Amino acid sequence: MEMVANFISDVSANPLFYLLAFVTIASALCVVTLKNIFHSALCLILTLFSVAGLYILLHAEFLAVAQVLIYVGAVSILLIFAIMLTSQLASRKIVQSNEQVTVAIFVCFLFLLVSIGSLFNTYWNGINAPLPDNNILTIGILLMTDYVLPFEVVSIVMLAALIGAIVLAREERS
Amino acid sequence: MPDYNLRIIIPEIFLFCWAIVVILSDLGSKRKSPQTIGYLTMAGIAVTGVLLYFFRGGISFNNMFQSDTLAVFFKVIFLGSAFMAVGSSFGITNERIKNHRGEYYGLILFSTVGMMFLSSSSELISLYIGLELTTIPLFVLAAFYKDDKLSVEAGLKYFVVGAFSSAILLYGLSLLYGLTATTDILTMKINLALLFLKFGKIGPGFILAMVMIIAGIGFKLALVPFHMWAPDVYQGAPTPITAFLSVGSKAAGLVALLRIFVNGLWSFASDVMQPLDWGIIIAVLASAAMILGNIAALRQTNIKRMLAFSSIAQIGYVMVGVVAADEMGVTSAGFYMFIYLFANMGAFAVATVFGDQTGSDNIISYAGLSQSSPLFAAGMAVFMLSLAGIPPMGGFAAKYMVFAAGIQAGYTWLVILGLLTAVVSLYYYANIIKTMYFAPGESTIRINPSFPAKLVLLLGVVGVIIFGIFPGPVLEFARETAGVFGF
Repeated sequence: MEMVANFISDVSANPLFYLLAFVTIASALCVVTLKNIFHSALCLILTLFSVAGLYILLHAEFLAVAQVLIYVGAVSILLIFAIMLTSQLASRKIVQSNEQVTVAIFVCFLFLLVSIGSLFNTYWNGINAPLPDNNILTIGILLMTDYVLPFEVVSIVMLAALIGAIVLAREERS
Repeated sequence: MPDYNLRIIIPEIFLFCWAIVVILSDLGSKRKSPQTIGYLTMAGIAVTGVLLYFFRGGISFNNMFQSDTLAVFFKVIFLGSAFMAVGSSFGITNERIKNHRGEYYGLILFSTVGMMFLSSSSELISLYIGLELTTIPLFVLAAFYKDDKLSVEAGLKYFVVGAFSSAILLYGLSLLYGLTATTDILTMKINLALLFLKFGKIGPGFILAMVMIIAGIGFKLALVPFHMWAPDVYQGAPTPITAFLSVGSKAAGLVALLRIFVNGLWSFASDVMQPLDWGIIIAVLASAAMILGNIAALRQTNIKRMLAFSSIAQIGYVMVGVVAADEMGVTSAGFYMFIYLFANMGAFAVATVFGDQTGSDNIISYAGLSQSSPLFAAGMAVFMLSLAGIPPMGGFAAKYMVFAAGIQAGYTWLVILGLLTAVVSLYYYANIIKTMYFAPGESTIRINPSFPAKLVLLLGVVGVIIFGIFPGPVLEFARETAGVFGF
């Protein structure tokens, strides 16, 4: 339990943390409440970007770079393309919630309480492990040695997704 | 230096390469030879089975790939369900999806490769990747009738639910990693034990992780209450894909559940987390599946929806074996899945051929089938009797084993519930037989299955009857899989 407290005080000693946390939460709220889907997408990019900042504070540099490259770079561009290419979607007013909204908020809040409660009342072994000197180098070596099998299987997943996307998106000539 | 023994992943490598060969040869032949591509795929699956026999046993890739008996047993089930799904697909590849035959067969093979990797992994990252490789091709396959609203809806629904459940599962797995600082399941158990010895307790984070993993895998298995996607997806998807989903991908979920829980984290959790007994959680889910699946199936008029609810109930019976979580439990769950493979794939093959040739999936259309195509109707009757668990069909031996395991482990109430719901299930299975044999039928179309579909039906009937009368060899094989867990 002290482990978690120490860990948190380490991270929150940095004033940048508060800025990033605020931007993350505020922009995430905008994503799910704004009436214009284009604005929501822009806010999502901001959320993903500030999460990348949080990763850097946690010394997960590789994750931060991957987050910026994949989510901020590729996924958000795709999202915006999809919105622009869908006719009139960008200008339409949308309602993002239905009659279940109070139940959903209640359940999410409950889940948040449970997560926080278990965070502070559990012995996390992972926190104790010392960080290697060069994080990215170690990850690279591990990916090519111990974890080479899942690393290669991911490329099959990509190929399958690629073929599937082409099949679904292709226009049929009859 | 980790050991890279490529020898034991030869079956997977071959099947992957074969998927590419199938896709390319479809392109190369300008999509003109539908039969050849289908036979090519079936041959590839059969050759993979032979390779599996010769290259098995051993550990490779730093424990990330284990070719133990559990993996081999389930790989036989995966290959069997892929073989039977492909065999019953010839009708639809001739007609409805003639522009994407190669991709259709290729994606089935990709998904099978994913299942094979999944069943061999005793490590969380490779397990998760295997699960993704299993499901991503299935999203596309479910939506393969692009001009059919129901099929597109099925694909989209399966995609959203699948992505959501993967996220839940991944969250649970990452919590486990945070607790134990390792992704290897056995090391994980040791680390948890060390933590427990050091502090005297572990804390609620562990429970949270376990609940999320059960929910994540529960979605893949369509366990109640995570089943709401199943009927719509099963109805909308092309029928051979529905069959593949209901057998192959469920067997994949089952093997993941066994690897993570049985004698791994589960037994540990039950020791530590008194009075919280994990068996009870799975037992409650199993009883919900048996009750809801069987009762909802009673009211269905569409054969695919009926089989969807029936498969929800069937997985509930498998879970009785999982709840027992001892030698007999693992043996019976594996054996049940093996028999279920023949009976369910066979029943779906009948539904596929019938749907192709009459254009109807309604149960009422089966009226008079025994007069117009007696052999075909007899096959369906065999599958229905096996799913209902009537001797001498395989389904009886399977249900008997599962219930015996449940009683031995002290879950008598669950077994009584299982017996009662099995009686309920008899009603809707027998209803099909009644419709085919006794209902006044105007059905005059003579059903004439293609050769591969006949092969699939024959395989199903022979499997159900032979393994029902002589369950010995398969039971012995299934018992060896329990040895993986140290029983």
